[in-house]
Amino acid sequence: MTKEEMIAQTIEVLADEFEVETEVIVPEADIKKTLDLDSLSLVDMVALIEETFGVKIKGTEVASIKTFGQLYDFVYERMDN
Amino acid sequence: MERRVVITGMGIYSCLGKTLEEVRDSLYYGKSGIIFDPARKEMGFRSALTAHLEIPDLKKELSRNQRVYMPEQAKYAYCATIDALRHANIDQDYLNAHEVGLLYGNDSSADPVVKSVDTMREKKDTTLVGSGAIFQSMNSTVTMNLACIFKLKGMNLTVSGACASGSHAIGLGALLIKNGLQDMVICGGAQEVNPFSIGSFDGISAFSIRENDPTKASRPFDRDRDGLVPGGGAATVIIESYENAIKRGAPIIAEVLSYGFSSNGDHISVPNVDGPTRSLEMAIRLAGISKDEIGYINAHATSTPKGDANEAKAIYNVFGDNMPEVTSTKSQTGHEMWMAGASEIIYSTLMMKNDFIGANINFENPDEDSAKLNIPGKRIEKKFDTFLSNSFGFGGTNSTLIIRNL
Repeated sequence: MTKEEMIAQTIEVLADEFEVETEVIVPEADIKKTLDLDSLSLVDMVALIEETFGVKIKGTEVASIKTFGQLYDFVYERMDN
Repeated sequence: MERRVVITGMGIYSCLGKTLEEVRDSLYYGKSGIIFDPARKEMGFRSALTAHLEIPDLKKELSRNQRVYMPEQAKYAYCATIDALRHANIDQDYLNAHEVGLLYGNDSSADPVVKSVDTMREKKDTTLVGSGAIFQSMNSTVTMNLACIFKLKGMNLTVSGACASGSHAIGLGALLIKNGLQDMVICGGAQEVNPFSIGSFDGISAFSIRENDPTKASRPFDRDRDGLVPGGGAATVIIESYENAIKRGAPIIAEVLSYGFSSNGDHISVPNVDGPTRSLEMAIRLAGISKDEIGYINAHATSTPKGDANEAKAIYNVFGDNMPEVTSTKSQTGHEMWMAGASEIIYSTLMMKNDFIGANINFENPDEDSAKLNIPGKRIEKKFDTFLSNSFGFGGTNSTLIIRNL
């Protein structure tokens, strides 16, 4: 999977699960604000990424991922390509 | 000084309809909500009979972060409660400004438990269970969801009293109001309908196996009954003090005259006669009325051989030969279990308000005990102003409510 394909799939699953327009998911946007995540729904985002790409984001790591761009980099780095 | 308690709003999500008008018509015409569900057969069920109900799509009404914590019965309860609040002329501003309570009957939430455990076993990673599972899995899921959605500030509690849960919820709500602890309580009962929730119930051979004729399967008091049919949904009634209702100019529908209760202190599943008799007697005594004033009895009768027989004995013990009409609306709905005690108050109130008693459908031949009751197998047109509703549950919990027209 290319990084572009991974990004496209991430946008698709996040928009579907958190019921936002795909257009608002841009690299520099804040994840929590864009997806209206609280401490509970953040768990669902982590689970969704794990289910979709097989990439586990630990609790200590999730705090450092603020934007979608950071999320893409994190996930792509850990994916089995 | 005890305060009077009145019903000012009703809402229901039932196999007989999603509005009070639909439900009224279903009761009037004796419609059955029972179907054969082939998926249950594939799961190894002894009986694939069930009430038919769609899970509501609440995407337009509630956000994703509200819906994710709601199992199916909480969604039914939300629909019933929105309608009941509207019926009672209560808006969110009123709820924000007053300490409105919430007491709802619910005694299981199997589907999310099964799904979470499946995920944990398969994936060996609890994160993948998701954030909604814990809130969906708890018995108090209905009250925790409704209390947050409607921003309620009063009593907030789930009543788990098996198949009498909904009735106890109304009775306990009425006690809070009578004693001045709350001015208004949202009461009700909710019941999940998914197969996982009742597989173990099917396993003890409690269900009718008249699968070739689903609408004839639930036949309370009939000689040829062979077990209950599981049902579900949710029913909400808004109860408040008479003074509060008058003060806010609310439409007053009926009065909760009394709440009787008892415990059998006996077998876990087999009901007896003494416990229900005491519940009936307590309700009549507390209502301060003569038995003659009761124009209709909505029986608990679920269509099981022993349960119906013992309830018939209890009713006869109390009313003797001066018997009002007795029916079980479960003949149409199946057994709505945790919801039943609340929904049957609504069914009975709709009949009282519209001057009829719906048929105890499928009542074709009485047995020795039901022959002593006055059970209409066909609808009758009758004005009545007071009814009594029974709800009994596993563990021998009994609840009886008496309601009067206003």
